[in-house]
Amino acid sequence: MTHPDFLWRNPDPKPAYDVVIVGAGGHGLATAYYLARNHGITNVAVLEKGWLAGGNMARNTTVIRSNYLWDESAAIYEHSLKLWEGLSEELDYDLQFSQRGVLNLAHSLADVREARRRVNANRRSGVDAEWLDPDEVKKFCPIINVSERARYPVMGATLQRRGGIAKHDHVAWALARKADAYGIDLIQGCEVTGFEISGGRVLAVETSRGRIAAGKVALASAGHTSVLADQAGIRLPLQSHPLQALVSELLEPVLDCVVMSNAVHVYVSQAHKGELVMGAGIDSYNSYGQRGAFHVIEAQMAAALELFPLFSRVRVLRTWAGIVDVSPDASPIIGTTPVDGLYVNAGWGTGGFKATPGAGWVYAHTIAHGEPHPLAEPFALDRFTTGALIDEHGAAAVAH
Amino acid sequence: MLLIDCPHCGPRDEIEFRYGGQAGIAYPDTPGELTDTEWAAYVFLRDNPKGWFRERWFHVHGCRTWFTVDRHTVTHEFRQSP
Ligand SMILES: Cc1cc2nc3c(=O)[nH]c(=O)nc-3n(C[C@H](O)[C@H](O)[C@H](O)COP(=O)(O)OP(=O)(O)OC[C@H]3O[C@@H](n4cnc5c(N)ncnc54)[C@H](O)[C@@H]3O)c2cc1C
Ligand SMILES: [Zn+2]
Repeated sequence: MTHPDFLWRNPDPKPAYDVVIVGAGGHGLATAYYLARNHGITNVAVLEKGWLAGGNMARNTTVIRSNYLWDESAAIYEHSLKLWEGLSEELDYDLQFSQRGVLNLAHSLADVREARRRVNANRRSGVDAEWLDPDEVKKFCPIINVSERARYPVMGATLQRRGGIAKHDHVAWALARKADAYGIDLIQGCEVTGFEISGGRVLAVETSRGRIAAGKVALASAGHTSVLADQAGIRLPLQSHPLQALVSELLEPVLDCVVMSNAVHVYVSQAHKGELVMGAGIDSYNSYGQRGAFHVIEAQMAAALELFPLFSRVRVLRTWAGIVDVSPDASPIIGTTPVDGLYVNAGWGTGGFKATPGAGWVYAHTIAHGEPHPLAEPFALDRFTTGALIDEHGAAAVAH
Repeated sequence: MLLIDCPHCGPRDEIEFRYGGQAGIAYPDTPGELTDTEWAAYVFLRDNPKGWFRERWFHVHGCRTWFTVDRHTVTHEFRQSP
C-alpha cells in the first residue's frame, strides 16, 4: 500500500448533519467511526476548535488496562481492551499496541489487601489479574528496587499481562482516516460557542464558522465539557485540572512493562522510541491553562527514583500538561442529558485513553438509539442523585 | 508554582497550601427538606468556569488559615476579591 498524502479531507462544514460531535480527540473520533461502522450513520461532522487530536489525545501517556475494581468499570474497560486487541488489524494501521503487562505495586499491608481484593474482583469479572510476591516482581521487572531497606518496600504487585501501551497519534490518525472514508466530515479550526435549543431540544450548534444544524449533538470535549454544558444550561459534576507528564531523553531498552505505584505515586513505561514516560497526579487547583507547576514534576521524578535508583542520571527532555475533567467518583459520565438530543461523554479524567474504542462504541450506540448502551447505563448522570456511585479512586489513584 | 497571598503570612509558595475548591458553598439551611436532586447539587455540583473563580485555600504548612481568593483559571493570576 502506498501511503496517501492526506489521511482525511479537510472539508468546509455543511449547513446540517444528523449528528454533530464536539471535539476531535480520541473519543470523538472513535464515536464517529463506530456511528458509521456499527449503525450506518455517516451524515456526521466532528467539530474541533484546534487541530485534530491536539488535546489530551496528544498528551496522554497511553497506559491501557482494564483491572478496575467494580463490575461496571471492569465491564466497560474490558470491552475496550478487547477492542484494542483487534484494532490495528481492523483499522489497517499499526497502532503499536503492545501488551507488555501492567504492574501495580503494593507498599503497605493496606495496599496488599486492596490489591488482592482487586485481583479477586477482576477474575470474577473476567479480567486477567495475578498477584506477584516481591520475588516474582523482581523476576518480571528486574530493575525495580525490591530491597526491604527501601523507604517504601515493594510488598508485592498486581499484574495484568494484557495491559500495556499504544501509540496515541496512530490511534487518532487511524480512526480519522476510517471515519473520513465513511464520508464523515472532520472539521478542524471550528469552535462550538453555543447551542440553539428550543422546546427543550437541541436544534443546532453555533460555531466560529457559523450555525450548523444538527439532529443530535454529542459532546466529546474532555477538559472543556463544563464550559460547553454551561452554554446549554446544564451543570455537570466535573472539575477541570491540569495533568502533567514528562519524558526523558531516548534510552536503550531498559523497561519492558508498565509500572505504577499509588503509594510512592508515579507510573513509568518506556515508549517504543526509547524515552521513559512518567506521570502521577493532577495539579490541585482548577485550571484550563494547559500547564502545571514544577514541584509536581519534581515529586513524580523523586518517586520514580525511589522505585528505580538506576534512573538517577536520566535527564528530562520535556514536560507538559493537558486539562482533564475529573468527576467525583473517578468514573466517566456517559449518556443523555436534560436537553433532548444532547449527549455527554465526559469525566474520563486522567484515564480515558485506554477507553478510546470502548467509549466510542458505547457512546455511538447511545447516540444512535437515543438511550444508553447497557455498558454505559451505570455511568449515567443520574447516579449522583440516586447515589449509585462507581467509586474507582483506588484503581485510579495514580493518574493514568 | 503559584505564589499565594495568605492574609496572615503574606505571599508564600503554593506547596505550603492545600486547595479547597469553590468558595461560598454553605451547608443547607433546611437539610431535612432537601430533595435528592438538591442534595446532589450541594454535594457534587461545583462551578468550573474558564475565567475568574472564587476559591478557597488552606495554609496547611503555615498559619493554618482558610481564606478566599479570586484566581483566573487560564492565566492563574490572582486579584483582590471584590
Ligand atoms: C498528561 C496526561 C496523561 C494521561 N495518561 C493517560 C494514560 O496513561 N492512560 C489513559 O487511559 N488516559 C490517560 N490520560 C487521559 C486521556 O488523555 C483522556 O481521558 C482522553 O484523551 C480524553 O478523551 P479525548 O481523547 O477525546 O480528549 P481530547 O483529546 O482532549 O479531546 C477533546 C477535544 O475537544 C476539543 N474541544 C473542546 N472544546 C471545544 C469546543 N468548544 N469546540 C470544538 N472543540 C472543542 C478540544 O480541542 C480537544 O481536541 C492522560 C491525560 C493527560 C493530560
Ligand atoms: Zn498563612
